[in-house]
Amino acid sequence: MRGRRKLGRGVAMVGAGMSRFGMFSDKDSKYLFAEAFREMLSTVDKGIDPNDIDALYLGNFTNDFFVRQGHWGPIISDLLGLTPKPATRTEGACASSALAFREGVFAIASGFYDVVLVGGVEEMSKRSTEEVTQGLAMAASPYEVKAGFTFPGVFGAMATAYFAKYGASREHLMNVTIKSHNNARLNPKAQFNVSIRDIMNQRVEKAKSKGAAIPIWRNEKEFLRDPQANPVVAWPMHLYDCCPISDGASCVLLVAEEIAKSFTDEPLYVAGIGQGSGKGLHAKEDLTYFEATRYAAKEAYELSGLKAEDIQIAEVHDCFSIAEILHIEDLGFFRPGEGYRAVEEGLTRLDGSKPINTSGGLKCKGHPVGATGTGQLVEIWKQLRGEAGERQAPIKDLHIGAAQSLGGTGGTCTLTILEKR
Amino acid sequence: MEARPFNDISYERFLNEEKLMGSRCRKCGLLSVPPRSICTRCYGSEMEWVAMKGKGKLVAFTSIAIGPPSMVKEGYDRKHPYVSGVVELEEGVKVVARIEGVDGSRPETIGIGTPVRVEFLHRGEGTNATTFLAFRPS
Repeated sequence: MRGRRKLGRGVAMVGAGMSRFGMFSDKDSKYLFAEAFREMLSTVDKGIDPNDIDALYLGNFTNDFFVRQGHWGPIISDLLGLTPKPATRTEGACASSALAFREGVFAIASGFYDVVLVGGVEEMSKRSTEEVTQGLAMAASPYEVKAGFTFPGVFGAMATAYFAKYGASREHLMNVTIKSHNNARLNPKAQFNVSIRDIMNQRVEKAKSKGAAIPIWRNEKEFLRDPQANPVVAWPMHLYDCCPISDGASCVLLVAEEIAKSFTDEPLYVAGIGQGSGKGLHAKEDLTYFEATRYAAKEAYELSGLKAEDIQIAEVHDCFSIAEILHIEDLGFFRPGEGYRAVEEGLTRLDGSKPINTSGGLKCKGHPVGATGTGQLVEIWKQLRGEAGERQAPIKDLHIGAAQSLGGTGGTCTLTILEKR
Repeated sequence: MEARPFNDISYERFLNEEKLMGSRCRKCGLLSVPPRSICTRCYGSEMEWVAMKGKGKLVAFTSIAIGPPSMVKEGYDRKHPYVSGVVELEEGVKVVARIEGVDGSRPETIGIGTPVRVEFLHRGEGTNATTFLAFRPS
């Protein structure tokens, strides 16, 4: 059922690109954004003259802290030769570029601009793990930080509440990790494009070459249960439940619907967008869902007239394995308390009925926080256009995909629905 | 005490005095811990301080092996993890706090629903002095 909100005019996505995500000691934010921008230009089927771009919206969380430089809008605008066109930075923690996308949509829908570049960038790996942990904690609630919570800690606590309420366990979280790695193995842009099985084999080979004791794991779960291989970070979150520290950039090109066909015969239309805000851990009524995601989903579904079951494929914000389970429930793909069973049954696998995080997700693709929101949309772009190569989801008539972002500990959540018509 | 502003600074000062305090809206009775200066239910701004009894139960927790620099300084590391949790107070509101008196290296022994009582951890000296809200099994 459609709600009362509507876009002033339609908006379409006609190009999408991303840098490789990873830890790069020799690449900075500008270099990474240029890499994403070049790829985006190459995906606009009928070409785009960068001089036709009216404005830039750029998501970045905390380069101020990570690289001691703020005010990234004009830096990237200058990098791309877009000055003196306006550049606006958006900040919503890990959902920063999802907000840039939303602002870009509004700018076009209002009739003000016709062609807008939206993207995000983050450069994290040049700081120590402690500094990155401290930097990211700036997006948590101040009470959580004082109580000693880290980001993995907040999600670990939500996992214990979920386990207690629904009877799930660590074993169920492992299914998410194994699935993400299997998908990332097929994604050349992923930070970890290897399966858990590949990692196990690498460890065995390494032990052999060193003449060390050869580890024996009969299957992936035995590997993940091994505290040497998969140490605890914030129980029940272990190393393989957590996304890595990453550098990277991504961007997409938005245009007014009426001119979309002059850029490509196959544009993706913005069917729905939604955004919500949420409270700190202590103030949540229930610790097993994110009210902000539920609100964002409702908004996006009402705008699009679509329902959860209409979404054929989705990228969700799996900063931690438990998060993926909570999101697929909050988005209405599965009922509360049934997400972990759906993952166990393989429904969210690449060949399942509802493929989730075909890119490998934040866990394996990487999570350069400001670049993640539009990075997810790059994957949906590839999937809906049938350009995802080996990891193309085998769904007949694939035409509706969505991306959900979460900032902080659920303070900012978004859902974007794209449609090929 | 009544004259203290309803904000985080006052909340922290109360913790230092070993009091866990919240605000109650005089108009509609909504209780908030930590305190709020504006009621999110009726938007009243007449508040009063209320002392919590300091009893509750553990509703979520985590045992943290990799903590921030401040916790590392207290001696916590991979071999000595600390526990943080969410406690639902008898008064019906929840708080986040450190959880003491449990074995962080054996998290499977920590049960959701465990009854806990408040404790105040005083750390640092002079301008660096801080009091951390904590709970331990009662």
